[in-house]
Amino acid sequence: MTQLILFNVFNGLIVGAFYALMALGLSLILNLSGVINFAHGGFLAIGGYLAFTLIPYVGFWGGLILAPLLTALIGLLVERVLIRRVYGRDPLYSLLLTFGLAFMLEDGTRFIWGAQSLPYQVPGWLLSPLSSSYFFLTGYRLFMVLIVGIAVIGLFLILGRTRLGIRIRAGTLDLETVSVLGVNVRMLRNLNFGLGIYLAGLAGVLAAGMLGLQPTIGTSLIMPSFVAIIIGGLGSLPGTLLGGLLIGVASGVTTVFFPSATEAVIYVMMAAVLLIRPRGLLGEEGRF
Amino acid sequence: MGGVNLEKQAPNVVVWLLLLALPYWLPAIGGYTELGSRVVVLGLAAMSLNFLLGYTGVLSFGHAAYFGLGAYGAGMTIRYLVPSTGLGIVIGTLVGTVAAAIIGPLIIRLRGVYFAMVTIAFGQVFYFIAFRWNSVTGGDDGLTGWTRQPLHFGFATVDILHNNVAFYYLILAVFALAVGVMAWLLGSPFGRTLIAIRENERRACFLGIPVDQHIWISWVISCGFVSVAGALYALLNNFVDPRALYWSQSGDFVIMAVLGGMRSFWGPLIGAAIFVVLQDYLSSQTQNWMSFVGLFFVLVVLFFPRGVLGIIRRRIRA
Repeated sequence: MTQLILFNVFNGLIVGAFYALMALGLSLILNLSGVINFAHGGFLAIGGYLAFTLIPYVGFWGGLILAPLLTALIGLLVERVLIRRVYGRDPLYSLLLTFGLAFMLEDGTRFIWGAQSLPYQVPGWLLSPLSSSYFFLTGYRLFMVLIVGIAVIGLFLILGRTRLGIRIRAGTLDLETVSVLGVNVRMLRNLNFGLGIYLAGLAGVLAAGMLGLQPTIGTSLIMPSFVAIIIGGLGSLPGTLLGGLLIGVASGVTTVFFPSATEAVIYVMMAAVLLIRPRGLLGEEGRF
Repeated sequence: MGGVNLEKQAPNVVVWLLLLALPYWLPAIGGYTELGSRVVVLGLAAMSLNFLLGYTGVLSFGHAAYFGLGAYGAGMTIRYLVPSTGLGIVIGTLVGTVAAAIIGPLIIRLRGVYFAMVTIAFGQVFYFIAFRWNSVTGGDDGLTGWTRQPLHFGFATVDILHNNVAFYYLILAVFALAVGVMAWLLGSPFGRTLIAIRENERRACFLGIPVDQHIWISWVISCGFVSVAGALYALLNNFVDPRALYWSQSGDFVIMAVLGGMRSFWGPLIGAAIFVVLQDYLSSQTQNWMSFVGLFFVLVVLFFPRGVLGIIRRRIRA
C-alpha cells in the first residue's frame, strides 16, 4: 500500500511537473500581454513531433535541444503575424484567435504526421528501473524531473538576473512606464511569447517520451494548466509552479483511492481555492 | 409615443417570417429541415450566451457545460424516468439552471480573462463526470437507447420523431418562448441595469446597483436558456455524448455570437446560421475541416470583430 501511494505520488509529481511547465509558459504570456493562449497545447504537440522528426538526424540530445528552440521560433513568428494584432483589445478576441489557432495547429499536426499514434524512441539506458523494490523509478522519469527542474531554475534565473527578464517583470507590473523608459515593448512581448512557447515545446519533447505522440497530446494538458494557474494565483509564477505540482500530486493520490475521479479532483480543488481564497494561493490581492 | 415603430419592428418581422416558413423555403434552396432545426437550436444557445456576453459584458467561455447538462438532463429523463418529451425539456432546463446557480457564487467576483478561464475550467468537471460515469451516462459512447416521444395534446397526438417538420415547429415554439422572455427581460429595468453594468461597472456600482448580484442573476438566466437549447439539441439527435459539454463547444457558441454581432439581439442567430451551414458544408468536403474552422475563427477576429449585423448597421448609419 505504501509503495502504491508512493508510486502515485511520484507519478503525480511528474505529471504535475508537466502541468507546471506548460502553465508557466501560459502565465508568462498572460501576465505580460493579457492573452490566454489556447494554442499552447498545439505548440506542445509541435515540439514533440519536431523532436520525433529530428532525432534520426541529430540524435536524442540534439532533438531535446533543437525541437523546443524550433517550436519557439514558430511561436515568435505566430506572435508577429497574428497574436500581436489583438493586444489591447477586448480579451474576447485574443481568446477566439488562439482558440482558432489551436484548431489549426492540431489539425495541421494531424495532416503532416498522421492521426495514428507514433512511437518515440528513448535511449535504452534511460528506460531501465533504477532499483527493483522501487520499480517505478525508471531513469526516464527521473530524467524528466531533472530536465523540468533545470528549465524552471533557468526560467527564474532569466527572470531574476538578465536584462530581458527584469524588463519582462517590470512590463508585467506597468507596461506603459516600461515603454516610456525606452524599452521596445513590441520586441519584449515577442520574446516573452517565444520564451513561453519554448517551455511548451520542451514539455512536448518530454511528454512524447512518456505518452507517445498523438495530435491531441496538447489538448489534454491545457485545461489542467489553467487550473494550475488559477490555484496558484494569477500573476504569480511561483504560484503557478506550486499549483501545477499540487494538482499533479492530488490527481496521483486520487488514482489510488477513487480512480474515476482522477481528472475531476483538480476542479474540485479549484472550486475550494476560489471559495476560500479567490486570488489563488500566492496571487496578489486585487490584480484581477 | 405609443404605436408600433415600423422601422424598429421590421427586422423582427423578417426574422419571424423566415423562421416560420423555413420548412418551405430551405429545402427549395438545397438545405434540409433538420439543418434548420440545428440552426434554431444552436442559435438559441448563442443568443442565451449573448445575454451575458453582449448585454452584461461578462465573458463566459464555459457555456457548453450547461448546454450539455440540459442535453443529458433531457436524455436521461426520457431514458430512465418518464417517456415524455415535455418533461425532458423541463428537467433538462432545471438541471442546467441549478448547476449554474450553484457555480455562480464562486465566479461572479471575477472579471475579464479570469472569468473566462474559470468558467471554462469548471465546465470540464461536468465533462469528466459524463465521460467517466459509464453505467449511467454511457461514457464516451454517449447516451443512447431513447428517442424523442410523441406529443400528446389530449385531442391529438403528434409524432415528432419521424415528422421532421412537426419537430421543427416544436423547436421553434420553445425558441419563441425563450427568446420572448429574453427580449422582455432586456427591455425591463433589470435588463437596462445589466447594460449599465456593461457600459461602466464602476459607475453602476456608485449608483448603488448590487453589481455582483446582477451578474449572478444574469449568469443563471443565460445558462438556464442555454440548457433549454441543450435539451432541444439532445432531442434533435436522439443522442447525447460528452462532446456536447466539451470546452470547444463553448468556443463555438462565442464565435457564433461574435460572428453575427454581439450588440444586436438577432446577431447570434445569424452567426449560428452561418456557422452551422459552413461546418455542414466543410465536413462534407474535406477531412481537414478543423483547420478551416480554425482559420475561420482567426479571420472573424481579424476582419469582422463587429460581426455581420455590426457591419450592416455601420453601413446604414454611414
